[in-house]
Amino acid sequence: MDAALLPSRFQTWFASRGWTARPHQLQLIDHLSQGHSTLLIAPTGAGKTLAGFLPSLVELDARGKRKPGQAGNGIHTLYISPLKALAVDIARNLEAPVAEMGLPVRLETRTGDTPSHKRQRQKLNPPDILLTTPEQIALLLSDPASERLFSSLKTVILDELHALVTSKRGDLLALGLARLRRLAPGLRTVGLSATVAEPDDLRAYLVDQPDLGQRALSHLVEVSGGARPDIHILDSEERVPWSGHSSRYAISDIYSLIKAHNVSLLFVNTRSQAEMVFQELWRINDDTLPIALHHGSLDVGQRRKVEAAMAAGSLRAVVATSSLDMGIDWGDIDLVVNIGAPKGASRLAQRIGRANHRMDEPSKAVLVPSNRFEVLECQAALAASRRGDQDTPPLRKGALDVLAQHILGLACAAPLDLAATYDEIRSTETYRHLNWETFEKAVDFVATGGYALKSYEQYAKLRKGKDGLWRIAHPKIAQQYRLNVGTIVEAPMLKVRLVRSKADGRRTPVGRGGRVLGEMEEYFLEQLTPGDTFLFGGEVVRFEAMRENEAYVSRTHSDNPMIPSYMGGKFPLSTYLAEGVRAMLATPGSWRELPDQVRDWLEIQKEKSLLPSKDGLLVETFPRADKHYMVCYPFEGRLAHQTLGMLLTKRLERLGARPMGFVANDYALSVWGLGDLSQLFSSGRIPLDALFEEDILGDDLDAWLAESSLMKRTFRNVSVIAGLIERRHPGQEKTGRQVTVSSDLIYDVLRAHEPDHLLLKATWNDAAEGLLDISRLGELLARIRGRITHSGLPHVSPLAVPILLEIGREPVYGEAMDALLEAAAGDLVSEAME
Amino acid sequence: MSALTSHLRKYVAAPVCHDIQINGQLVGLHDSGVLWWPEESTLVVADLHLEKGSSYARRGVMLPPYDTGATLEKLAGVMDAFDPACVICLGDSFHDADGSDRLPAPYRAMLTTLQLGREWIWVTGNHDPVAPVRLCGETVDEVRFGALTFRHEPVETVGTSETAGEVCGHLHPAARVRRLGRSIRRPCFATDGTRLVLPAFGALTGGLNVTDEAYGMIFRRRQFSVFLLGNDRLFPFTASRLVGD
Repeated sequence: MDAALLPSRFQTWFASRGWTARPHQLQLIDHLSQGHSTLLIAPTGAGKTLAGFLPSLVELDARGKRKPGQAGNGIHTLYISPLKALAVDIARNLEAPVAEMGLPVRLETRTGDTPSHKRQRQKLNPPDILLTTPEQIALLLSDPASERLFSSLKTVILDELHALVTSKRGDLLALGLARLRRLAPGLRTVGLSATVAEPDDLRAYLVDQPDLGQRALSHLVEVSGGARPDIHILDSEERVPWSGHSSRYAISDIYSLIKAHNVSLLFVNTRSQAEMVFQELWRINDDTLPIALHHGSLDVGQRRKVEAAMAAGSLRAVVATSSLDMGIDWGDIDLVVNIGAPKGASRLAQRIGRANHRMDEPSKAVLVPSNRFEVLECQAALAASRRGDQDTPPLRKGALDVLAQHILGLACAAPLDLAATYDEIRSTETYRHLNWETFEKAVDFVATGGYALKSYEQYAKLRKGKDGLWRIAHPKIAQQYRLNVGTIVEAPMLKVRLVRSKADGRRTPVGRGGRVLGEMEEYFLEQLTPGDTFLFGGEVVRFEAMRENEAYVSRTHSDNPMIPSYMGGKFPLSTYLAEGVRAMLATPGSWRELPDQVRDWLEIQKEKSLLPSKDGLLVETFPRADKHYMVCYPFEGRLAHQTLGMLLTKRLERLGARPMGFVANDYALSVWGLGDLSQLFSSGRIPLDALFEEDILGDDLDAWLAESSLMKRTFRNVSVIAGLIERRHPGQEKTGRQVTVSSDLIYDVLRAHEPDHLLLKATWNDAAEGLLDISRLGELLARIRGRITHSGLPHVSPLAVPILLEIGREPVYGEAMDALLEAAAGDLVSEAME
Repeated sequence: MSALTSHLRKYVAAPVCHDIQINGQLVGLHDSGVLWWPEESTLVVADLHLEKGSSYARRGVMLPPYDTGATLEKLAGVMDAFDPACVICLGDSFHDADGSDRLPAPYRAMLTTLQLGREWIWVTGNHDPVAPVRLCGETVDEVRFGALTFRHEPVETVGTSETAGEVCGHLHPAARVRRLGRSIRRPCFATDGTRLVLPAFGALTGGLNVTDEAYGMIFRRRQFSVFLLGNDRLFPFTASRLVGD
């Protein structure tokens, strides 16, 4: 690649730092100068961000200084990041080269934290480079000034694109990009991404799609990964537990690792694990090493402090959840420890990439499985990493609630021509599949709620004018839109405030005005009664009372806190790793690499029962105490298993097997009941093929969904994003609690009267992809057809022990709500009679 | 329907109520959320909040327009089962003062049919302080029959003669019960034996947990019972067994 692409001022600057421009950096300048949008795939530490900005800096340098009195040029380059902290961090890093080279470039950030006077000024006098988030783009595009603001836009840089496209934020951004392309024809996009399974998906996301035919792709620059990471699985002297997620057994091993390295990053999957690991480390921290905690619900100030200390190099270790997953530079981390299951090969690779931000040195990582199945999963992830395999999910189909939000936003900016808007939306890869009928429904939804019963015409938010264009009916609708923009709907959270305890006998009211420790999900706090203790912010606290939107807690010396229950994490085991685990189980020859105790466990399983096959399904049945158990091993992730468990229980009930409940984890599913399942299956009275028949996804699923609280929670999120329910009223924050109540009722009414409504469709799509994982369940049922093996046993098998141990620790499903009420009422009776 | 089957139905399919005493009066609580007073053949229903959807739609929040229909259908089912001589709507029957005016014609007809041949009393509420327009029935601020007084908002004192026999709505009582790590929240009746709060009947009406301090103004601390609405039955609990939201 020709270094002459780089102006001398830049070459001098590179030379002054002892650097030379890397080939991929020059390639990007070349592609963009020819007007080509480009995807850059590179591992961390490859100078990815600078590569993204260089073409813009070169162009801005050539444009020269604005003369006094000359009109502003508008925004030249937009940089969009999924994290506002990342945008701020990048701006800081970019200021140095801009100042050192004396470039005539003004760069500013714009996030939710930017004061309103500055935002106002940015609209009147825009910077050359604006660093911001997808939500801010949506906000700017809903402004009538957007046309002027973006008409001279040349480049959009999308950082961490692989992460952005996996959520509804990516949908919103795709729509925003389509609008930007219309406002600024000739716009080029630059995508910066970690390695993914399907680069073509991202390449298509970056460019305008033709109406028909093959999808268009951007140019691609790929930097092959630097040194292979040095990963191994913790080889502990301790016994690896059968089940659970605490990894307590390995704490002293982890502590030794921290001692042996300069700075370690300890990743866990959930907040409760983070709390627990942090607590346990400090319990044995005899050298008082500076070890910190970082997770999403800690107070922001607290998190910033940890981040600053990390950057300053004054910490030896940080225990973190995915809140630290993404690109921010935390200085020299020389070890990444992944505690618990990796869940996905790419996810693990990205976490490991956090270690050692220099490309040519190998990242060092240790995997700490917290139970025996996780040993297998870690082993599969390790194999994937050696092969460099990726398992990032395929590109999403654009969500309908996001579409509705976008349509309203466009109407706020300027009168809408429906046909042109439809074409614009379909020019995105994300919404390429959208048909006119659905689009019209979405417009109708925005205008009047989209109900078959056309009773709200008089209150319409959008009205069609004589010129055929659609306009918002009132300026306050634009105001409402701005307050509801965005696709992130947080679970209702309550502030956790530290107060004096009233447990010391004095019946004084709980004191006000204590320090806020952070926030916690309402559903967890709901389960507490005063006096319960739990870990929060690294200390054991005692729940005192609930006041309005705050939970009051006090300090306690209790050693044995009731830890927030493990929620399984948001990420189910990836299909790819699941396959790896099944293949490993089915091939005893591959067990050599496993720790002795895990290998013994599998050997005994082989002897006492059967091994799960690679593509089939093993179903074990056995009696235990006065119940009969069935355990199957689909390895398709907790969400799909939960859905399957719910459906199997219903079906078994109808077949007279009297099931009582079920429990699911990422690997297995257990159903138990009063009927002799071994007998029912082996006698053929309940043929297993029929039990797992794919039609289980029909009526049974429908019936269950009507009552499912998962669906109601999903509907709530969809309603907020689509703008049916307001996130906030001007001047009045609606509490999550109030929203929950009303959205449940709306769901019931809508389901009963208009089951085909746009929002119910959107809810179903979300659930099928996310919470219920129905698509994956469907694939499972198809895969195992004709390959189900039954193993009737006299007692529990080695492989079944972990899932049985989770009974009682995990929520048990399958009991009807009314039955629970009845039992609770029954308790009352016995209480009264004794 | 023939006179005979209609006559039989009253005995064969008579709805099952949970009988309790309020201020010495025997009344029945039904799992639909209504109160049935057999002695007076009177049905009492609270907080219908008709036309709540359109009330929100006027402000640009397009809630489903099916709430009025859903509420009236449910009410029709209950009326069919009890065939009352008198119906008392305990206030907030319409979500706002114009609600009765906005009532779409088919629903107006449906409501009028329900009113045929019955005494109908609209008690005013904070949402609907005026008499509904173009509808039958008598509008009152409160009404006393024998030992019972029917009003929308409870009087905020505890244990006085004024509150003995009070039957009211307004608070939308709901209760939460926790068991096996799961919690269930349902609308409920709340009573201390001298007065009774009915759950809200309307399709889009939420609930206020009975552990809220608002209930402290009308019941002695935790000295009351609730009856959670279930499918085909009620579930009684004492207040001390309940948890907050």
